[in-house]
Formats: sequence, structure tokens, C-alpha cells
Amino acid sequence: MQLLNKRPESLVDMKMHYCPGCSHGIVHRLIAEVMDELDIRNRTIGIAPVGCSVFADKYFNCDMIQGPHGRGPAIATGLKRTTPGAIVFSYQGDGDLSSIGMAEIVHTAIRSENITVIFINNAIYGMTGGQMAPTTLIGQKATTCVYGRDPKLTGNPIKMCELLATIKGAKYLERTSVHTAPNVIKTKNAIKKAFKNQIDNVGFSMVEILSTCPTNWKIDPVKSLKYVNDNMIKVFPLGVYKDSKGGE
Amino acid sequence: MPEIKVDDSKCKGCYICIEACPKKCIEISKEFSKSGYYPVKYTGADCIACQQCSRICPDLAIDVYK
Repeated sequence: MQLLNKRPESLVDMKMHYCPGCSHGIVHRLIAEVMDELDIRNRTIGIAPVGCSVFADKYFNCDMIQGPHGRGPAIATGLKRTTPGAIVFSYQGDGDLSSIGMAEIVHTAIRSENITVIFINNAIYGMTGGQMAPTTLIGQKATTCVYGRDPKLTGNPIKMCELLATIKGAKYLERTSVHTAPNVIKTKNAIKKAFKNQIDNVGFSMVEILSTCPTNWKIDPVKSLKYVNDNMIKVFPLGVYKDSKGGE
Repeated sequence: MPEIKVDDSKCKGCYICIEACPKKCIEISKEFSKSGYYPVKYTGADCIACQQCSRICPDLAIDVYK
């Protein structure tokens, strides 16, 4: 009997604190697998955000920094410029990256800092208790919009990949999802490419991953996967938004 | 014969593996785990080691053997 799915070495063997059905665990494993496959664990520095994944530093078996809310890309900039040999990735949620950290992510992309950003988009603020995020879908209920998001009052969801694709410095942007096993494999390939770009000094790379938050969406984990498939993908279409190698 | 082993201490009972399994060979256990969930378990037959359950498991609770 041979074990087919060995736990990646870059992931500490412990139980995670995430809610049942939360996609953070899947993405953590994918990043750890990519670190193992590219053999970069010893020189990788990760940046944990503020949000549910604030304790990501406990789970990744590499150097980690826990940054202030939204400032992951700013810390990554400093780290990458002072230690160019390090592989720096910033792990951020949607409340972190597309709300309070909007300035940092946009300017990091404009400067085309050679870092990798993993953006978890679950369309809601998770840790703080299900408030409306900039990425909340029209009509989606949250504790700060109990009748559903109204575009007249709060505008439309921010689409980060489309927004950053207009910036010349952003070199690789892809939106993927983890709601089915084949999509998990696609997400892994995207994350691997984003890390490879950094090794090849291509420039700013970001992977946006559509995730679930069954607790704050107030539906069960299986239905939340269906919600991603039926509702989220329509608003946030999957695909590669930008892929330019070097030069340009 | 391929088979899966579920780590009861890690499984949080989200059951998305049951949805992902193409052969429907994962079921809900009738016994509580120590952490207070009903974990999943292998029905005992039909596993083809496709690893879809372990790919989608957020808690890395499923080991697939072949």
C-alpha cells in the first residue's frame, strides 16, 4: 500500500482553526505543495494578512511575517528589495486586499515588484463576522446589508483581476476557483506559475482564488460550492487576465 | 485495492468530499469524533484512488492509498 497524497513538508502537521468547508485549507495545501515542488521552502518568506488567515504563520513551515491590515504588498516590497534572494509571497483576503489594502496592491502592481500575491476572494468579511466586502455580490446578504447588497447605495463588486490588468506593471493575473477537484488542480498550476514568475524575475504576479465562507454565507459547505459555481463565477469569470513574460 | 483513511481528529464534517467522490464511496460516520463532529468514513468498497476527495478536503484529513 502506497500513500498517494503525502502531506507537504511545507505545511506543519496540525489541525487548522478554519471553519468546516472553508477554502483556506485547500489553498494553504496548494501553496505548500508548490513550495515543495519548486524546492524553495528554505528561502521563502510569507506574509500573513489580517483576517481569518491571520494565523497562517502557524501552518506554513517557512519564514512568515504577520502584517498590518492590507499592508502585505508593502511589507513584501521592502522584503524583496532588501533580500532579493528570498521568495516573497503575500497571502491576502478580499477585505484585506481589495478594501483597506487597495492602495498598496495597486501601487505594488504599478512598480511591478517581483512578488507573488495570493488573493482569496470569498465575497465577505470572514473573521469580523460577515460584513459586506467590496467584492460582495449584488443581492448577497451580509450583516451590514441585511436586505442584500444594493448597487445604488454601495456600488458594484470590485473585480481585482480586471482592474489590475489595466496596469502595465502587473505581469501575471489569473482568477481560479477551488469549488471542484479539477479546479483545485488548475489553481495549483496558477500558483505554481506565479511562484515561477518570481524565480524568473518576471514581475508582479497575482492569483485570485474564488473561495467559500459557509459560516458567514449561512449555508452548508456543499451548498456553498454550488453558490460559487452558480453565482460567483458569473460575476467573477475565471481565466487568465494577463500573462506577459519579461520585457513589456 | 485502493482505499482511503480518514483522520478523525482533523475531519470537521463539511462533507464536500462526499460530493466530490465520483464513486460515492464516502459516507457520514454514525459516531462522534473527539472534536464533536460526525466525521466521514470509507464505505469499504469501490475506491479507485482518484484522489478527488483528498484534493478538495480543506483539512488534509484524507489519506489515499493504492
